[in-house]
Amino acid sequence: MKKVSPLTLLLLLFSAASLWAQSGYRVGDVARDFKLKNVDGRMVSLAKIRKAKGYVVIFTCNHCPFAVAYEDRIIALHKKYAEKGFPVVAINPNDKNIQPADSYEKMQERAKQKGFPFVYLYDETQEIARAYGATRTPHVYLLDKDLRVRYIGAIDDNHENPEEVKERYLENAIEALLAGKEVPRPETKAVGCTIKWRASK
Amino acid sequence: MRKTLFLFFLWASGCVFSLKAQDTLLFVKAPQLTAWRQTTSDTVYVLSFWATWCAPCLAELPHFEKLNTEYAHEPVQVVLVSTDFRRDVERRLKPFLERQGLKSRVVFLDEKTPNDWIELVYPEWSGAIPATLIVRPKTKFERFFERQISYDELQQAVQEALKQ
Repeated sequence: MKKVSPLTLLLLLFSAASLWAQSGYRVGDVARDFKLKNVDGRMVSLAKIRKAKGYVVIFTCNHCPFAVAYEDRIIALHKKYAEKGFPVVAINPNDKNIQPADSYEKMQERAKQKGFPFVYLYDETQEIARAYGATRTPHVYLLDKDLRVRYIGAIDDNHENPEEVKERYLENAIEALLAGKEVPRPETKAVGCTIKWRASK
Repeated sequence: MRKTLFLFFLWASGCVFSLKAQDTLLFVKAPQLTAWRQTTSDTVYVLSFWATWCAPCLAELPHFEKLNTEYAHEPVQVVLVSTDFRRDVERRLKPFLERQGLKSRVVFLDEKTPNDWIELVYPEWSGAIPATLIVRPKTKFERFFERQISYDELQQAVQEALKQ
């Protein structure tokens, strides 16, 4: 019998953690609310956002080039849909010890630099990213008024070039909800950076 | 149809799987990368999806290099699939490859719609990188990791693939 090294055990723990992370919400599930710290210091929960008909929850971060590539598009989405009742709620789930560029202070800096018009929350315990089942940044969960998950996935079909986008998955999903229709394509995939899970979990 | 697929794989394998690292960086499409599905090849393919700016990807690159060297005499084929932005190919990816002098094969994934090709590569993949797929077409062995992996895990999976 081969002796099991502490390293192997650690690796097993890691795999268990990532398996856990991969479970989470499916389209149709009711998502949990949360109370997370915004870049302005306020604690924000979905229930506190007034006049919302739904929520565009986006797990994103500072450092990931895919997330950066989408910053302007997320700003535009919020500007277009917040007044229609679908505000963006951005959440950074990354462990700052693994990715120092994603610390709360750096989030504040980035939000100021780019003038984020939406809340940018810090999921320091990573509890929310785990509950939702987010695996990467950016990773979108579109919720309706009752917090039912109506769309999971990508913002659109081309991260590299906004001009070459052919299908705006997220916008189409929001439009469908606004029109009281079923979301045409409720799940999509996109390349993204793995969420930087803290080692202790 | 079978013949076409076979010819296609010959062509694809000719490019993707027999290219030396020092040759010009090859641009591949997702069907080429997944051509092994249509074969009964006895080779263990280790496909690693990475990018030059992805820190955990760079941290595990040496593992693939080590595997590539240690299994040089076994039917094991490492292919490092870059998912870098197209605009970074000349200014980042190529200089990076030159600096690193990687021995493993490196290809650039020349695709535009991730939603389509991620599904094609591996249905359970959510799209996060690093991601590693280890397959042996002959025995239908498949192992997938959507996270950074250690050399031990990599070697263990390859050993298992070779045994089955």
